[in-house]
Amino acid sequence: MRPLAILRRPFFWLIVLATIAFALVPLRGNNVELREELILAAIYITLASNLNLMIGYAGYVNFGNIVFFGLGGYVCIYLVNTLGWPLMLAALSGGAVVSLLAYLFGLGILRLRGAYFALATIGVNEAVSAFVSNFEPWGGASGIYMSIEAYQPLGGAMQALWTIYFMIVAVMGLSLVLSYAIKRSKFGLGLLAIGQNEDAALVLGVPAPRYKALVYSASAFLPAVAGALFFFKSAFIQPSDAFDLTLSIEAIVMVMLGGQGTVVGPALGAFVYEELRSTLLTTAALSSLQLVISGGLLLVIVLFLPGGLMGWVHRRWPGTARILE
Amino acid sequence: MYGILASIIDGVLVGSVYGLAAMGLTLIWGVMDVINLAHGAMIVAGMFGVFLLTDSLGLPPYAAIGPTMVLGFFVGVLLYWIAVHRVIGRPALMSLLSTFSADMVLIGLGTAVWGTVLFNVPVSLPGITWRGYTFTGTHILAAVLTAVIAGGLYLFLNYARLGKAIRAVSDNREAAELAGIPTTQVLSLAFGLGVALACTSGALIATLFPFTVLSGGAYQLKSFVVTVLGGLGNPAGALFGGLALGLLEGLATPFIPVSWIPVIEFVVFVVVLIAAPRGLFNFRRRS
Repeated sequence: MRPLAILRRPFFWLIVLATIAFALVPLRGNNVELREELILAAIYITLASNLNLMIGYAGYVNFGNIVFFGLGGYVCIYLVNTLGWPLMLAALSGGAVVSLLAYLFGLGILRLRGAYFALATIGVNEAVSAFVSNFEPWGGASGIYMSIEAYQPLGGAMQALWTIYFMIVAVMGLSLVLSYAIKRSKFGLGLLAIGQNEDAALVLGVPAPRYKALVYSASAFLPAVAGALFFFKSAFIQPSDAFDLTLSIEAIVMVMLGGQGTVVGPALGAFVYEELRSTLLTTAALSSLQLVISGGLLLVIVLFLPGGLMGWVHRRWPGTARILE
Repeated sequence: MYGILASIIDGVLVGSVYGLAAMGLTLIWGVMDVINLAHGAMIVAGMFGVFLLTDSLGLPPYAAIGPTMVLGFFVGVLLYWIAVHRVIGRPALMSLLSTFSADMVLIGLGTAVWGTVLFNVPVSLPGITWRGYTFTGTHILAAVLTAVIAGGLYLFLNYARLGKAIRAVSDNREAAELAGIPTTQVLSLAFGLGVALACTSGALIATLFPFTVLSGGAYQLKSFVVTVLGGLGNPAGALFGGLALGLLEGLATPFIPVSWIPVIEFVVFVVVLIAAPRGLFNFRRRS
């Protein structure tokens, strides 16, 4: 698809509208509580959408996807805190550095298939986490506390939180657009072919190693930027938060819940899961059962609904497949 | 010099228990192509099994290991029918996620009941002292028990009817079915066996170190490393992989700060996965 042709697809405008709505909703009445909730939702949507590029399109399960998020956060906080860089530049640099590292790592581990690849991604995440825990310039196991002055260029802490919110929503919107653009491109077609049968795709001329490395790298960029923004907002980063394997796997749950391989699916799954999670955490009786319920939900999906919510929607109302991808 | 040697020997003793844990994981993988992400939860189950039996029934710790193994077997079979049966033969992601969801549920229940406090099974055994270094009795006994169990597993897989059936199903499920072996039941029993091994290793670890409900994660990761070192599907390799990992830890501890050891382990893990995915200790030549 030629680059500008995406502007003619109605679904693209749906994404843009949804993103704008997302950004504007908490502005009414300066609803800070809602904003904080939506920041989390936007982060999850970003993680899930980009993860979907690997799982839903290429069929490679990246169990350690959170490593991009965490590393992006660390690079950004280091650049801002120690070298005094402005936020935008630091966040984008975080994205670029992590993308490049992902490409290099990808060349190595993307030779593995199936469960071996999944295990390797866990290994990479744990290795990076263990390394950062020992790396003194990045605070070691205690992490880095960002000085409050870092918020000054953004107009003070209160104003900065709003600005960061809009930036995170923008990153979310970009993730969805990227997801859609890839799906409708020749690159995406190649990825989907790899996902269905890699050997057949190779035989048919799809440059699988290159495509896989590219999508692995692409799926790293926006989560890294999201991580940069999120940890800047939190003003604190430590290895156990940055490389949280549970969150990494929750991202997979979100993709599966919503429907892998679709654009809407991961976003929907992330949103639903985030709502479920926060409801469980705030209900006193159920808070300790959050993991149990999430686990049960995942089991039900895997056993009975592998296409996720969107899979069910598309089957029930076939017309939607053309508009809500 | 002897300090290093003592460290290595101790590392190997503890490493044998890692090997036992990994044997369960690799058996399940080899037989049914499923990586049991509930492995960590099963190790914790073994730990708590011993704790509960010694705490409430007053059993001596080592006597609690047997019942824990048996209970683990039944839990494993149950887990197979609930989470694994329907996803055999489907893409790897499905079994990874279904076992992981079982793990989430079990650990969630565990933290709801027991929180995240430390538990301990008090065990004291006389150790062996040699040139001023003491090897604790618990470490030695754990290694000995591991050797016994590993030997038992070897005999079972090679000489018992069910053991041979398990190997047949692992080689070629269709052919085994054609030969009259009830493969589904064999799979469930194999899964139960794998889980029993995990529980047993947890039971042994409980005699060595204090633990929490969340301890399983770290041992599960170690099990992955050991399994990959030994070659997925290869129980003997898993034992050697465990010894190798223990050796690595024992060798590194005198020289490197303890916190760097996980870094080394995971780097080795990724490197072995890329360079030798069939494992380093795969003595059988599989076509």
